[in-house]
Amino acid sequence: MDETRKAAFFDVDGTLVRTNIVHAFAFYAMNQGTIFGTAWHTAKTVVSLPLLWATDQANRKAFNEMFYSFYRGQSEDRLLFLADELFERVLRPAVYPGAKRLIEEARRAGCRVVLCTGALDFTVRRLAEHLGADDLIANRMHFVNGFATGRVVPPIVEGAHKALAIRDYCSREAFALDQSFAYSDSFSDYPMLAVVGHPAAVNPDVRLRSVARAYEWPVLSTQEA
Amino acid sequence: MRPPSKLRRFYETTDQVVVTDKDSPPRLMFFGEDFLVEDLPVGTKVIFPNPPVAGLPNVRAAIRWAVNHPEGCDPLHAQLRPGMKVTIAIDDISLPLPQMRTPDVRQQVLEVVLELLGDAGVDDVHLVIAIALHRRMTAAEVRRMVGQRIFDSHWPDRLYHHDAEDRDGLVSLGTTGHGEKVVLNRRAAESDLVIYVNLNLVPMDGGHKSMSTGLTSYEGVKAHHDPRTIRQSWSYMDPPHSELHRSVDRVGRVIDEHLNVFHIETTINNRMFDGQLGFLMKREEDFTDGDRLKLEAMRASLRLLPKAARRRLLHSLPAAYEVIAVHAGRTEPTHQKILEASYGQYLVDVDFQADVVVYGMPYISPYNVHSTLNPLLVQVMACGYFFNFYRGRPLVKPGGTLIIAHPCSDEFDPVQHPSYIEFFHRLLPETRDAAVLERKYEREFAENPTYVHLYRTGNAYHGAHPFFMWYWGENGRQHLGRIIAVGADNDHVPRLLGWDTASTLSEAIDMARSTHGRGAEIAMLHFPPIVMTQGPA
Repeated sequence: MDETRKAAFFDVDGTLVRTNIVHAFAFYAMNQGTIFGTAWHTAKTVVSLPLLWATDQANRKAFNEMFYSFYRGQSEDRLLFLADELFERVLRPAVYPGAKRLIEEARRAGCRVVLCTGALDFTVRRLAEHLGADDLIANRMHFVNGFATGRVVPPIVEGAHKALAIRDYCSREAFALDQSFAYSDSFSDYPMLAVVGHPAAVNPDVRLRSVARAYEWPVLSTQEA
Repeated sequence: MRPPSKLRRFYETTDQVVVTDKDSPPRLMFFGEDFLVEDLPVGTKVIFPNPPVAGLPNVRAAIRWAVNHPEGCDPLHAQLRPGMKVTIAIDDISLPLPQMRTPDVRQQVLEVVLELLGDAGVDDVHLVIAIALHRRMTAAEVRRMVGQRIFDSHWPDRLYHHDAEDRDGLVSLGTTGHGEKVVLNRRAAESDLVIYVNLNLVPMDGGHKSMSTGLTSYEGVKAHHDPRTIRQSWSYMDPPHSELHRSVDRVGRVIDEHLNVFHIETTINNRMFDGQLGFLMKREEDFTDGDRLKLEAMRASLRLLPKAARRRLLHSLPAAYEVIAVHAGRTEPTHQKILEASYGQYLVDVDFQADVVVYGMPYISPYNVHSTLNPLLVQVMACGYFFNFYRGRPLVKPGGTLIIAHPCSDEFDPVQHPSYIEFFHRLLPETRDAAVLERKYEREFAENPTYVHLYRTGNAYHGAHPFFMWYWGENGRQHLGRIIAVGADNDHVPRLLGWDTASTLSEAIDMARSTHGRGAEIAMLHFPPIVMTQGPA
């Protein structure tokens, strides 16, 4: 492994943009093509929100499985078609003012910029291009005959698996993990932060802020330019 | 009969040096955010600061006089014309220490200058805080420094911090004959006139150093803040004998060739405390019962307060500094006049060098305003600033022992000093060799995107700053034989710094005597306030 090659891994939701994966799903739910379809999916999403929230608090993996099952039956071409609109209407306005600067600083330091997110790849691809990322590690929806099955292609990218994905990525691309950087806002990404040599908490939640203080990790904000 | 060694006190010629005898009172010393009161061995020479020089009776009048009678150039009003582009660069609040009472002298200078500019029809005026690689100040700190009126009318569009990491905001002016890179703030470089508003606390400040470090990039600072240059600086307070200043002057002369720079330099006296804390400026011989009572009450209060509250209290106590000189004009003649005033305040003649020098370390340095004096800053104060408080030759002999009093707590401020934490805990366990640290790690820290981001958007020192702090102690480290920390609350911080520890001052003196013998000459620099020694080179 080249000791000098390094990468910077960025969580997306809450770190670079103020949205989360529920926003993306809500956008799809409200753009179903028919009035009844939109009403049904929107109502289902709204009703499910408390359950999703509670599940997220208890177990991020269970949350992801439950959450992605909501995509079951959606056609692939429609999801891809709406991805551009999702980016323009939801994601681009939600990019934190300091996000691009942080990414540029990582690039200037000679890092390959990689977004590492639990979101579905087609929902964040345009965002990755917009932010100038070199690579994307994201979940991929499983499709059969052009329709989503509601399951993601394993291994699911979240929590401990993000760390594994980053480790594999560095190994495959010959980057030095101990020279690499990781940025996230959430305690659920602790493994991803712990696996690299230079972790940092960005707009951290209470638990991550506490961990960052304990381990003396830098705490950043991207919420201001 | 009195032994010959005891006769020497009859030969002391200056009042500022007092030889301790059996009747001498215990001495008051800074001990971080506390104070110590300690007896010193008989024969110890205590070097007291000069009394404060009288302040100027009318500072605004002095500023007006200075800009109307500048050194080596036309008066400021004669250099102004409508429509010209002017940049005013201002020193940040790393000086003075503690912060001076409002109105800050920078505010007073700015008020005079902005009025002049307005009268001359100069509208394109930007105020740039020359922070170099220091932290950005908070809005409240800027407001306090420049005053409410200027803040309201300029912040943040026309009053802002220099950004040493903004590639588009910097411009290269070439290199000096010695190869030092000259990089400068673009706005300043493209201005018809740059006015630098400076505040000299000590003689190492000001002059060419203002522009060439305050408005440059990491590469620009690195040109002279390196171990080799520091090792050849004897001392920082004596610019002609400081390689750092020779380098800075070379850079500054290139800047002066390209730009029209009008310096307004100011300096202040050493009235660090007054009022209820005025006793801290006294000699212990002059303490009244009331003073002793106040001291004990203050110490008891400080100990009762939680750390954060204690720190907030100490940093909120403004100093009663008075402006003693204002000069303006071309860089070198202006600075020369300010240096004379500054030396007049601080220098105390001494005709000896000591084997052992003692001083108490305060809670504050230029780099921890409203924050904690972390271990790296304790080091920079001991080996960098206080050791360099001399002109001619160091107070301590080569190979001598330095005894400092400070708790040396393993405590860092993650907001102001994030890169210090990694430097201290990751690099110092590997090596204390400044050259190795520079070669292996300096650029890594300087380019670390996290530190760059925190410097540019937060209130953090630049990623490379801890390296410069370590280098800053380099001449002290190479000169001294041993450093003993008294009262450290842990073992690992002094060990990482390469220091020995002692639980009491008397134990430390015994340790020093084991090296230098029973007849070791001991001296104490009595802070507060600031004092510098001057001896034959």
